[in-house]
Amino acid sequence: MKFIHTAKTAFHGLERNKSRSGLTVLGIVIGITSIILIMSIGQGAEDLILGQIQGLGTRTIAVIPGREPSGPSDVAQIFSDSLKARDLELLKRKENVSGLESIMPIVFGSESVSFEGETYRATIFGGTELATEIFDLAPREGVFISDDDVRGRADVVVIGAKVKEELFGDSDAIGKRVRVKDRSLRVVGVLPTKGQVSFFNFDEAAFMPYTTAQQFIFGIKYFHRFIVEAESEGAILRTVEDLKVTLRESHGITDPDKDDFFVQTQADLASRLSTITSVLTLFLASVAAISLVVGGIGIMNIMLVSVTERTREIGLRKAVGAYRKDILYQFLLEAVLLTGTGGIIGIGLGAALSFLAGLAISQFVGVEWKFSFPVSAVFLGLGVSGFVGLIFGIYPARKAAEKSPIEALRYE
Amino acid sequence: MAFIEAKNLEKVYETEGVRTPALHGVSFSIEKGEFVAVMGASGSGKSTLLHILGFLDRPSGGEYVFNGKRFSDYNDDELADIRNREMGFVFQSFNLLPRTSVLENVMLPLLYSKVKDGEWEARARAAVEAVGLEHRMNHVSSQLSGGEKQRVAIARALVMNPKVIFADEPTGNLDSKSGGVIMEILDDLNRTRGHTIILITHETYTASYAERIIRLHDGIIAEDRKVKERVNGKEGFVK
Ligand SMILES: Nc1ncnc2c1ncn2[C@@H]1O[C@H](COP(=O)(O)OP(=O)(O)O)[C@@H](O)[C@H]1O
Ligand SMILES: [Mg+2]
Repeated sequence: MKFIHTAKTAFHGLERNKSRSGLTVLGIVIGITSIILIMSIGQGAEDLILGQIQGLGTRTIAVIPGREPSGPSDVAQIFSDSLKARDLELLKRKENVSGLESIMPIVFGSESVSFEGETYRATIFGGTELATEIFDLAPREGVFISDDDVRGRADVVVIGAKVKEELFGDSDAIGKRVRVKDRSLRVVGVLPTKGQVSFFNFDEAAFMPYTTAQQFIFGIKYFHRFIVEAESEGAILRTVEDLKVTLRESHGITDPDKDDFFVQTQADLASRLSTITSVLTLFLASVAAISLVVGGIGIMNIMLVSVTERTREIGLRKAVGAYRKDILYQFLLEAVLLTGTGGIIGIGLGAALSFLAGLAISQFVGVEWKFSFPVSAVFLGLGVSGFVGLIFGIYPARKAAEKSPIEALRYE
Repeated sequence: MAFIEAKNLEKVYETEGVRTPALHGVSFSIEKGEFVAVMGASGSGKSTLLHILGFLDRPSGGEYVFNGKRFSDYNDDELADIRNREMGFVFQSFNLLPRTSVLENVMLPLLYSKVKDGEWEARARAAVEAVGLEHRMNHVSSQLSGGEKQRVAIARALVMNPKVIFADEPTGNLDSKSGGVIMEILDDLNRTRGHTIILITHETYTASYAERIIRLHDGIIAEDRKVKERVNGKEGFVK
């Protein structure tokens, strides 16, 4: 029998029992939908994270206190106060770190900012004027903090668009005094709406000189990060080495395994994060794959029932000339058609849901989420669902093909 | 050699170690164009014999030759081909595909044939017309009466224009009126088209259409006799 007719026969077999076919396929639909959803969202998350990291510039190096996380699962680093003012001075010297173009120490934390009864919990960010370059920030009104402000621990603050909106609404903010913790600071600038950049949402931030933030807001003498810009991309490796050597000397460390800081380049960060998202995506997708196995067993079960129910049909087909393999292919194709249909529905549903999820993430998390739908997911969805049909269809199909015509015709 | 030749056919069923002998050495020959009724009590081995004659089941002993083809020389797929091209089957319980149109039911043997698919519909229509069901062409099988279902089954048996039609108690599930219609159709096929017909029945009335009756009793032939004489080949019968 020609393939097209086997396919038609298989299709009619399913059509004759629409509601059962529909229910049978549900397991596969759910399985494929979740795999597609997970893959699409995983891809979106990876794109988002990588995009933001790249947004920070490729020459950027971060020096972070504490021990370096050992693997993708070791995300919680131990906070430490190892980066001090003395380190900053040492790193600034050309003879110590020759490839360094600029360095900005930062401190950050969450604090309430209030103005005339309005209060907003903002991300306090203590840094220097360099932040405008590194994060590509230019105030929409007023000015940014200056080096003089840093030296003089000036009571000045530059607020993000959201902070301005929450505290001042439409009225002017420049020159007004806001209260951060117990300190009164003068607003000198307002940032334009910027959204999420790397891990900071600048719209929700309040910038001030790090000296001011250290002394009056957080009451600490150490830094949370040094952000270093290398002279060129070619100087990154050398700069990283120099940073390490200088800091080890300053901290009296001889064994690199005992480092109380670690250095991260944008490239490191990008590859680490994309590993994390890939592993997570893979893990979630394999959990979803379990539902495919369950769906497949459901298909097998129903196919076995169907083969028994249709014993007389099988006998008749054989009596009028069907070969063993005609029956085998008919039932195998029924199974593959079932799961394949489930796969196609699942792909569509998965795409729609991940699109909606993208909208929801953009809306509620406030990041710029790009809907991404990997083509590989389509092939994977189709391939996997077809494969499930083959695997779980083969046993019932063989049972059908093995029936002898008279046994089948006698069957009551 | 005769068209159908059975020599000393034996059949023993073995299910879970239990041996049930059904045929103990059955011999006869049937010529092309004959209308033979196989009669006998329930359990006497009629269906068993028909399944062997129809290449549906292998005998346990003896020899069977159909149209020059020895059963034992063919594998299952080759037997399927012979059934498809040269044999038609009509069963007591119709065996139509549910929720499938009359036309598609009749097309079924064509699906497994070497006939080009362009010709299928015309052939199936002709077969449906031959049993007088052209007004039911696109009805679904469950919308038909028992007699109509059996006519569809006959059309299906006819569609490949087989040499022989095997009918296993075709009127067994029908009232006498529809049964009569079925018998008229089979009789007509035998007389005007020359199909050999081997009919299994335990009803004397149905058997009266045949020109020869083979009577089985406990797996052996109790009687084999001509009941009508044929004149001028297909033209007619003298009762
Ligand atoms: N598949 C089978 N397995 C075991 N015994 C069978 C089988 N088919 C038929 N028989 C037995 O063979 C004998 C003849 O059966 P069958 O040919 O169906 O008789 P009939 O058609 O004349 O009523 C019966 O005793 C029946 O029980
Ligand atoms: Mg019988």
